[in-house]
Amino acid sequence: MRALEPWVVQPLESFLAESAARLTLLMTSSGQVVAQHGFSRSLDVMTAAALGAGIVASTDELARLMGGATFEALVHHGQRQSCMLAAFGTPRGRWIGLVVFGPETSVGIVRLFFEQMVQQLAAAAPREQPAAPMLAENFETELDSSLKALFGR
Amino acid sequence: MSATRTALDRVTRVPGVRGALVIAAADGLVVAEQLMDGVDGQAAAALAGSLVGRLARTAASAGLRPPAFVHLRGDAGSVLAAPGPDDLVLVAVVSPDANLGLARLEMIEAAGRLT
Repeated sequence: MRALEPWVVQPLESFLAESAARLTLLMTSSGQVVAQHGFSRSLDVMTAAALGAGIVASTDELARLMGGATFEALVHHGQRQSCMLAAFGTPRGRWIGLVVFGPETSVGIVRLFFEQMVQQLAAAAPREQPAAPMLAENFETELDSSLKALFGR
Repeated sequence: MSATRTALDRVTRVPGVRGALVIAAADGLVVAEQLMDGVDGQAAAALAGSLVGRLARTAASAGLRPPAFVHLRGDAGSVLAAPGPDDLVLVAVVSPDANLGLARLEMIEAAGRLT
Protein backbone atom coordinates (compact mmCIF):
# COMPACT_ATOMS: atom_id res chain seq x y z
CA MET A 1 0.00 0.00 0.00
CA ARG A 2 1.34 3.42 -0.90
CA ALA A 3 -0.01 6.90 -0.23
CA LEU A 4 1.00 10.41 -1.20
CA GLU A 5 0.03 11.80 2.21
CA PRO A 6 0.97 10.06 5.48
CA TRP A 7 -2.32 10.73 7.28
CA VAL A 8 -4.13 8.55 4.71
CA VAL A 9 -2.05 5.47 5.57
CA GLN A 10 -3.62 4.34 8.85
CA PRO A 11 -7.30 4.58 7.75
CA LEU A 12 -6.51 2.84 4.47
CA GLU A 13 -4.49 0.07 6.16
CA SER A 14 -7.34 -0.51 8.57
CA PHE A 15 -9.83 -0.71 5.69
CA LEU A 16 -7.64 -3.17 3.77
CA ALA A 17 -7.20 -5.40 6.81
CA GLU A 18 -10.92 -5.52 7.60
CA SER A 19 -12.42 -5.65 4.12
CA ALA A 20 -10.00 -8.07 2.41
CA ALA A 21 -10.16 -5.90 -0.71
CA ARG A 22 -7.83 -6.95 -3.53
CA LEU A 23 -7.25 -3.52 -5.09
CA THR A 24 -8.00 -0.09 -3.70
CA LEU A 25 -7.53 3.32 -5.21
CA LEU A 26 -8.20 6.66 -3.53
CA MET A 27 -8.27 9.68 -5.80
CA THR A 28 -9.57 13.20 -6.05
CA SER A 29 -12.71 13.85 -8.07
CA SER A 30 -10.49 14.95 -10.95
CA GLY A 31 -8.71 11.58 -10.99
CA GLN A 32 -5.48 12.53 -9.23
CA VAL A 33 -4.33 9.47 -7.28
CA VAL A 34 -3.91 9.90 -3.51
CA ALA A 35 -3.22 6.30 -2.48
CA GLN A 36 -3.25 2.85 -3.96
CA HIS A 37 -3.05 -0.77 -2.88
CA GLY A 38 -2.55 -3.82 -5.09
CA PHE A 39 -1.67 -2.18 -8.39
CA SER A 40 1.72 -3.11 -9.80
CA ARG A 41 1.92 -0.85 -12.84
CA SER A 42 1.63 2.92 -12.89
CA LEU A 43 -0.20 2.79 -16.22
CA ASP A 44 -2.93 0.62 -14.69
CA VAL A 45 -3.46 2.89 -11.74
CA MET A 46 -3.59 6.07 -13.81
CA THR A 47 -6.03 4.47 -16.25
CA ALA A 48 -8.24 3.16 -13.44
CA ALA A 49 -8.21 6.58 -11.77
CA ALA A 50 -9.21 8.37 -14.96
CA LEU A 51 -11.98 5.87 -15.72
CA GLY A 52 -13.25 5.89 -12.12
CA ALA A 53 -13.40 9.68 -11.99
CA GLY A 54 -15.21 9.68 -15.33
CA ILE A 55 -17.80 7.17 -14.14
CA VAL A 56 -18.48 9.15 -10.97
CA ALA A 57 -18.82 12.35 -12.98
CA SER A 58 -21.28 10.58 -15.30
CA THR A 59 -23.40 9.17 -12.48
CA ASP A 60 -23.42 12.55 -10.73
CA GLU A 61 -24.78 14.12 -13.87
CA LEU A 62 -27.32 11.31 -14.25
CA ALA A 63 -28.46 11.90 -10.66
CA ARG A 64 -28.78 15.61 -11.36
CA LEU A 65 -30.90 14.93 -14.45
CA MET A 66 -33.14 12.64 -12.39
CA GLY A 67 -33.58 15.43 -9.86
CA GLY A 68 -32.12 13.55 -6.93
CA ALA A 69 -29.09 13.63 -4.73
CA THR A 70 -25.85 12.08 -5.95
CA PHE A 71 -25.49 8.29 -5.83
CA GLU A 72 -23.64 6.97 -2.79
CA ALA A 73 -21.95 4.03 -4.42
CA LEU A 74 -21.85 2.06 -7.63
CA VAL A 75 -21.19 -1.69 -7.47
CA HIS A 76 -20.41 -3.92 -10.43
CA HIS A 77 -20.90 -7.59 -9.56
CA GLY A 78 -18.70 -10.02 -11.44
CA GLN A 79 -18.25 -13.79 -11.43
CA ARG A 80 -14.73 -13.77 -10.00
CA GLN A 81 -14.44 -10.26 -8.64
CA SER A 82 -16.56 -7.17 -8.11
CA CYS A 83 -15.88 -3.47 -8.08
CA MET A 84 -17.26 -0.68 -5.90
CA LEU A 85 -16.92 2.99 -6.77
CA ALA A 86 -17.94 5.58 -4.20
CA ALA A 87 -17.43 9.33 -3.84
CA PHE A 88 -17.16 10.92 -0.41
CA GLY A 89 -16.40 14.25 1.20
CA THR A 90 -13.15 14.99 3.02
CA PRO A 91 -11.70 18.21 4.50
CA ARG A 92 -9.46 18.15 1.39
CA GLY A 93 -12.38 18.11 -1.02
CA ARG A 94 -14.37 15.39 -2.70
CA TRP A 95 -12.53 12.10 -3.12
CA ILE A 96 -13.37 8.83 -4.86
CA GLY A 97 -12.67 5.30 -3.72
CA LEU A 98 -12.38 2.43 -6.16
CA VAL A 99 -12.34 -1.01 -4.53
CA VAL A 100 -11.98 -4.37 -6.27
CA PHE A 101 -12.89 -7.40 -4.16
CA GLY A 102 -13.44 -11.12 -4.61
CA PRO A 103 -15.73 -13.79 -3.20
CA GLU A 104 -13.61 -14.01 -0.04
CA THR A 105 -15.49 -10.93 1.19
CA SER A 106 -18.86 -9.32 0.41
CA VAL A 107 -20.20 -6.00 -0.76
CA GLY A 108 -21.76 -5.49 2.67
CA ILE A 109 -18.41 -5.89 4.42
CA VAL A 110 -16.64 -3.65 1.90
CA ARG A 111 -19.27 -0.92 2.24
CA LEU A 112 -19.28 -1.14 6.03
CA PHE A 113 -15.53 -0.73 6.41
CA PHE A 114 -15.33 1.79 3.57
CA GLU A 115 -17.69 4.05 5.52
CA GLN A 116 -15.52 3.61 8.60
CA MET A 117 -12.47 4.59 6.55
CA VAL A 118 -14.27 7.70 5.30
CA GLN A 119 -14.96 8.75 8.90
CA GLN A 120 -11.35 8.06 9.89
CA LEU A 121 -10.04 10.06 6.94
CA ALA A 122 -12.25 13.00 7.87
CA ALA A 123 -10.90 12.89 11.42
CA ALA A 124 -7.26 12.44 10.37
CA ALA A 125 -7.10 15.07 7.63
CA PRO A 126 -4.98 18.12 8.48
CA ARG A 127 -7.10 21.25 8.69
CA GLU A 128 -4.74 23.54 6.81
CA GLN A 129 -4.92 23.66 3.03
CA PRO A 130 -1.42 23.13 1.61
CA ALA A 131 -2.50 22.76 -2.00
CA ALA A 132 -0.32 25.03 -4.10
CA PRO A 133 -1.35 25.97 -7.61
CA MET A 134 -0.04 23.47 -10.14
CA LEU A 135 2.19 25.35 -12.57
CA ALA A 136 3.02 24.17 -16.05
CA GLU A 137 6.78 24.24 -15.43
CA ASN A 138 6.65 21.89 -12.43
CA PHE A 139 3.83 19.64 -13.60
CA GLU A 140 6.13 16.89 -14.87
CA THR A 141 8.27 17.00 -11.71
CA GLU A 142 5.16 16.76 -9.54
CA LEU A 143 3.85 13.85 -11.62
CA ASP A 144 7.17 12.00 -11.38
CA SER A 145 7.37 12.43 -7.62
CA SER A 146 3.77 11.24 -7.23
CA LEU A 147 4.46 8.12 -9.28
CA LYS A 148 7.60 7.42 -7.24
CA ALA A 149 5.63 7.76 -4.02
CA LEU A 150 2.87 5.49 -5.29
CA PHE A 151 5.08 2.80 -6.80
CA GLY A 152 8.42 3.22 -5.10
CA ARG A 153 10.40 3.63 -8.28
CA MET B 1 -48.27 -9.90 4.46
CA SER B 2 -45.09 -11.32 2.94
CA ALA B 3 -43.20 -14.24 4.45
CA THR B 4 -40.34 -11.89 5.17
CA ARG B 5 -42.49 -9.47 7.15
CA THR B 6 -44.15 -12.34 9.00
CA ALA B 7 -40.76 -13.75 9.98
CA LEU B 8 -39.58 -10.38 11.30
CA ASP B 9 -42.82 -9.92 13.28
CA ARG B 10 -42.50 -13.35 14.90
CA VAL B 11 -38.92 -12.79 15.97
CA THR B 12 -39.28 -9.22 17.22
CA ARG B 13 -42.21 -10.27 19.44
CA VAL B 14 -39.84 -12.41 21.53
CA PRO B 15 -38.87 -10.63 24.78
CA GLY B 16 -35.38 -9.14 24.66
CA VAL B 17 -35.07 -9.07 20.87
CA ARG B 18 -33.81 -5.59 19.87
CA GLY B 19 -34.19 -6.12 16.17
CA ALA B 20 -34.42 -8.63 13.37
CA LEU B 21 -33.27 -8.59 9.77
CA VAL B 22 -33.50 -10.72 6.70
CA ILE B 23 -30.22 -10.51 4.82
CA ALA B 24 -28.71 -11.85 1.61
CA ALA B 25 -25.85 -14.00 2.89
CA ALA B 26 -23.59 -13.72 -0.15
CA ASP B 27 -23.78 -9.93 -0.31
CA GLY B 28 -24.20 -9.14 3.38
CA LEU B 29 -26.93 -6.65 2.49
CA VAL B 30 -30.25 -6.00 4.22
CA VAL B 31 -33.38 -7.38 2.51
CA ALA B 32 -35.83 -6.32 5.25
CA GLU B 33 -35.46 -5.16 8.83
CA GLN B 34 -37.31 -4.27 12.03
CA LEU B 35 -34.85 -2.64 14.39
CA MET B 36 -34.94 -0.59 17.58
CA ASP B 37 -33.10 2.71 17.63
CA GLY B 38 -29.37 2.28 18.08
CA VAL B 39 -29.07 -1.03 16.22
CA ASP B 40 -26.94 -0.64 13.11
CA GLY B 41 -28.69 -2.83 10.56
CA GLN B 42 -26.09 -2.41 7.84
CA ALA B 43 -23.27 -3.50 10.14
CA ALA B 44 -25.27 -6.41 11.55
CA ALA B 45 -26.15 -7.60 8.04
CA ALA B 46 -22.59 -7.35 6.73
CA LEU B 47 -20.96 -9.07 9.69
CA ALA B 48 -23.64 -11.75 10.17
CA GLY B 49 -23.58 -12.56 6.45
CA SER B 50 -19.81 -12.93 6.57
CA LEU B 51 -20.00 -15.06 9.73
CA VAL B 52 -22.63 -17.42 8.35
CA GLY B 53 -20.80 -17.76 5.03
CA ARG B 54 -17.50 -18.58 6.73
CA LEU B 55 -19.12 -21.06 9.10
CA ALA B 56 -20.82 -22.80 6.17
CA ARG B 57 -17.50 -23.07 4.33
CA THR B 58 -15.78 -24.32 7.49
CA ALA B 59 -18.45 -26.96 8.01
CA ALA B 60 -18.24 -28.04 4.37
CA SER B 61 -14.46 -28.34 4.64
CA ALA B 62 -14.93 -30.61 7.63
CA GLY B 63 -17.45 -32.72 5.73
CA LEU B 64 -20.36 -31.42 7.80
CA ARG B 65 -23.70 -29.92 6.84
CA PRO B 66 -24.03 -26.12 7.05
CA PRO B 67 -25.18 -24.75 10.42
CA ALA B 68 -28.93 -24.52 11.00
CA PHE B 69 -28.51 -21.92 13.73
CA VAL B 70 -25.68 -19.63 14.84
CA HIS B 71 -25.43 -17.99 18.27
CA LEU B 72 -22.68 -15.41 18.76
CA ARG B 73 -22.66 -14.28 22.39
CA GLY B 74 -21.06 -11.08 23.67
CA ASP B 75 -21.03 -9.05 26.89
CA ALA B 76 -23.81 -6.71 25.76
CA GLY B 77 -26.00 -9.29 24.06
CA SER B 78 -26.03 -11.81 21.27
CA VAL B 79 -26.39 -12.06 17.52
CA LEU B 80 -28.49 -15.00 16.36
CA ALA B 81 -28.65 -16.20 12.76
CA ALA B 82 -30.79 -18.84 11.09
CA PRO B 83 -30.02 -19.59 7.42
CA GLY B 84 -33.06 -20.08 5.21
CA PRO B 85 -33.67 -20.94 1.56
CA ASP B 86 -32.42 -18.91 -1.42
CA ASP B 87 -29.30 -17.69 0.39
CA LEU B 88 -31.41 -15.68 2.84
CA VAL B 89 -30.53 -15.51 6.52
CA LEU B 90 -32.77 -14.42 9.39
CA VAL B 91 -30.71 -12.45 11.91
CA ALA B 92 -31.67 -11.19 15.37
CA VAL B 93 -29.85 -8.82 17.70
CA VAL B 94 -30.83 -9.60 21.30
CA SER B 95 -30.08 -8.20 24.74
CA PRO B 96 -28.40 -10.33 27.45
CA ASP B 97 -31.73 -10.98 29.20
CA ALA B 98 -33.53 -12.21 26.06
CA ASN B 99 -35.45 -15.46 26.00
CA LEU B 100 -32.91 -17.25 23.82
CA GLY B 101 -34.74 -20.56 23.73
CA LEU B 102 -37.93 -19.01 22.39
CA ALA B 103 -35.96 -16.80 19.99
CA ARG B 104 -34.17 -19.88 18.62
CA LEU B 105 -37.41 -21.79 18.08
CA GLU B 106 -39.11 -18.86 16.38
CA MET B 107 -36.12 -18.11 14.18
CA ILE B 108 -35.60 -21.66 12.92
CA GLU B 109 -39.32 -21.97 12.17
CA ALA B 110 -39.51 -18.54 10.48
CA ALA B 111 -36.28 -18.96 8.50
CA GLY B 112 -37.60 -22.13 6.90
CA ARG B 113 -40.54 -20.16 5.48
CA LEU B 114 -38.50 -17.31 3.99
CA THR B 115 -38.95 -16.80 0.27
